[in-house]
Amino acid sequence: MITVESVSKSFNGKKAVDGISFQASDKEILVLLGTSGCGKTTMLKMINRLIEVDSGNILIDGNNIQSQKAEEVRMGIGFVMQHSGLFPHYNIQQNIAVIPDLLKWNKKKTADRTLELLHKLHLSEDLLSRFPSELSGGQQQRVGIARALIADSPVLLMDEPFGALDTITKADIHAEFKSLEELKNKTIILVTHDVQEAFDLGHKICLMDNGKIVQTGTPKEMLYQPKNDFVKNFFAQNKLLLEYKIARLKDVAFLVDSNRFYGDLQFSENTGVWDALQQLSAENSLSEDYENLVKAFNEYRKFQIV
Amino acid sequence: MSEQSFWQFVTEQHEKLLIQVVQHLGLTFLSLFLAIIIGVPLGILIARKRKLSGSVLGIAGILQTIPSIALLGFMIPAFGIGATPAIVALLIYALLPIIRNTYTGITEVDPAVTEAAKAMGMNRKQLLFKVELPLAMPVMIAGIRTAAVINVGVATLASFVAAGGLGEFIFGGISLNSTNMILAGAIPAALLAVLLDQTIAVLQKSSYRSVKKLKYSIPVVLIIIGGVYLLNSTSDHKLKAGFTPEFMGRQDGDLGLRSVYGLDVHPLVVSDAIMYKAAYEKDLDLISGYSTDGRIKAFDLYVLEDDKKIFPPYFAAPVIKTKTLEKFPELEKTLNLLSGKFNDSIMTDLNYKADYLKQTPEKIAKDFLIKTNLYKDPRKGNSRIIKIGSKIFGEQYILAEIYKMLIEGYTEYKVETKTGLGGTKICFDALMNDAIDFYPEYTGTGLLVLLKPTAKTIEEVSKSPEKTFNYVNLEFRKQYGIQWLKPLGFNNAYALMMRKKQADELKVKNISDLKNYLDSK
Repeated sequence: MITVESVSKSFNGKKAVDGISFQASDKEILVLLGTSGCGKTTMLKMINRLIEVDSGNILIDGNNIQSQKAEEVRMGIGFVMQHSGLFPHYNIQQNIAVIPDLLKWNKKKTADRTLELLHKLHLSEDLLSRFPSELSGGQQQRVGIARALIADSPVLLMDEPFGALDTITKADIHAEFKSLEELKNKTIILVTHDVQEAFDLGHKICLMDNGKIVQTGTPKEMLYQPKNDFVKNFFAQNKLLLEYKIARLKDVAFLVDSNRFYGDLQFSENTGVWDALQQLSAENSLSEDYENLVKAFNEYRKFQIV
Repeated sequence: MSEQSFWQFVTEQHEKLLIQVVQHLGLTFLSLFLAIIIGVPLGILIARKRKLSGSVLGIAGILQTIPSIALLGFMIPAFGIGATPAIVALLIYALLPIIRNTYTGITEVDPAVTEAAKAMGMNRKQLLFKVELPLAMPVMIAGIRTAAVINVGVATLASFVAAGGLGEFIFGGISLNSTNMILAGAIPAALLAVLLDQTIAVLQKSSYRSVKKLKYSIPVVLIIIGGVYLLNSTSDHKLKAGFTPEFMGRQDGDLGLRSVYGLDVHPLVVSDAIMYKAAYEKDLDLISGYSTDGRIKAFDLYVLEDDKKIFPPYFAAPVIKTKTLEKFPELEKTLNLLSGKFNDSIMTDLNYKADYLKQTPEKIAKDFLIKTNLYKDPRKGNSRIIKIGSKIFGEQYILAEIYKMLIEGYTEYKVETKTGLGGTKICFDALMNDAIDFYPEYTGTGLLVLLKPTAKTIEEVSKSPEKTFNYVNLEFRKQYGIQWLKPLGFNNAYALMMRKKQADELKVKNISDLKNYLDSK
């Protein structure tokens, strides 16, 4: 669990982060969302002390990070950045093994863990002897994630991790990311300016503006109970898409023949309406189910908008 | 010697050449190694504390702009002569590129990479050694490469302070009018620079990991070569002798000492600009010099009596092309006004005023002309320009100044002086190419360095100063169309000198005494 208590930070007299407080629970992905310059990256980097706070406290599992050595704090926190930040003079194997080397793991343990992560992240073993510049952007980003995950630290910080990827690669990695077991029991804080990414990945979203948090809540709350016009306008452009994305089959189950969807079509309760529609639309024979689901969603939507 | 081909010269002198190459490399590598030891940490420091970077790079930059000879000059009071001042001077030249490139290399590492390293929990030391230095390595090696090439070049000047190196041949060749000797020094120096440059370039291009493998062997190589040099350069002779490059190659010099006296003093080669001071400060015990030099008196030196007469006295007189005399009809008459106005003690006294009383050549020249009733106010004439040359020692500066005042006072010609020409060959070539119109020369130098007749002729014409003068004048007219005007009146000759106190203690009065002293154990 990460607790941030009224943290502030100024650069040259200008407040970048202004009295922010929030909490990220265990096994939760918390997204810091906002436009560039809103202070979200500064906030993130204060958690692993790449930037030191001016005032306020940050606690990880109840321990104040200021009371430990910066290097020790960082060693317990995985960090993924926008440009993978891989060492150009190390090959992929060495890059992934940086933290194990710092922790003085034995070679066997490092090698086993490296292979395990490679498979989970769908990276070929051939890459191990290559250098970062020889990899595609998507591969580099996966290696960056592998590097951050290798020591299985309980906290993961991600600074626009998919920001440099093209849309198709991004969608692929998002899907993988969500299904990655490794991530399921970590506390993750992810910084992004991409609204769709925030809704795709986040359990909880902190919308930031001008160094302050405007609203914190689940994606659903952000969408249907905006605190003010700023929040409303922020999502206005993508609203319909986002609504489809956050709706689960279980939300609309009472409006459709649930046996058909859970039984014959083998969807689960947690399948997103958007994903289900995508699959149904691809098959002509299922067009009736498609139309039923759209109808159900539209009914459901009416209840949400107050 | 001039009939000898370059290859013959090299073959004949290959032992000396080899020693000089080793000395040259030793100086270069040792100073480079020290510069790396000092420069790299400094570069790292200012990359950490950017506020310091301006001042550190500024100071290194200023040191870099000090002319190399001047820097060597500064080193002598602090470090004496020999390898130490040369290495320190070279080290100073090598510092800037090494500091600057270390700094640039580290500051230009991608901030995303250093941030990633920090975020993974690396401490400062790990960040430096695992990330910053390896990534900065190609830029740092480029700096070392620049420094190495600079040092090979500047190390040629090390011979001025008796540190050896290929400069011995280069400057010896210039003094002795031997193109072969100059080339024997210059070509290897150039080759060394190219070779070193290319070797380091290979290192620079190869990947970081192969450099890592070499990281222990490179310092070892540097230290071994440096060490070999140091071992070679330490000598344990009873007396430390330092001779000028010109003296080393002249019959009335080291060659004569060896052949006539059988005296081998293992001399270091040293510039005459610092030789007297070095003797005074006990860095040297025995030096070659000119009998009329003011510094003999200034530094309380004792001139050893030349009991076997290998240093014949020579006249000093202006040398000038016959063509030039025709072009400036009043010139000969004017220059000859000085003829006979000097004798040895007058010249020594003038030199003393310059060397010890630190009077300017202008003041000495004016005082002298007033005293001899020759002074006339300059006419500020606007006719053609006469260019006077001088060699790079005090007496010649004074003579050039006296001639200038004389010509300006007695004729309408304008005068330009080109003083401080670094050796007989440079002066003579300048004269032949009309870069200067005349300069004061000594008949002995004309005979032994420029004309180089057979040993028999030398013996024949060296019997009296007058004979030498007549022979030289005749040959110069025949061979070069150059005349020797009337002699100034003082005799100049080479001389061996020691500190008076030491000479008294050792009871050395003449060169034979010295030989006996050195032979006794």
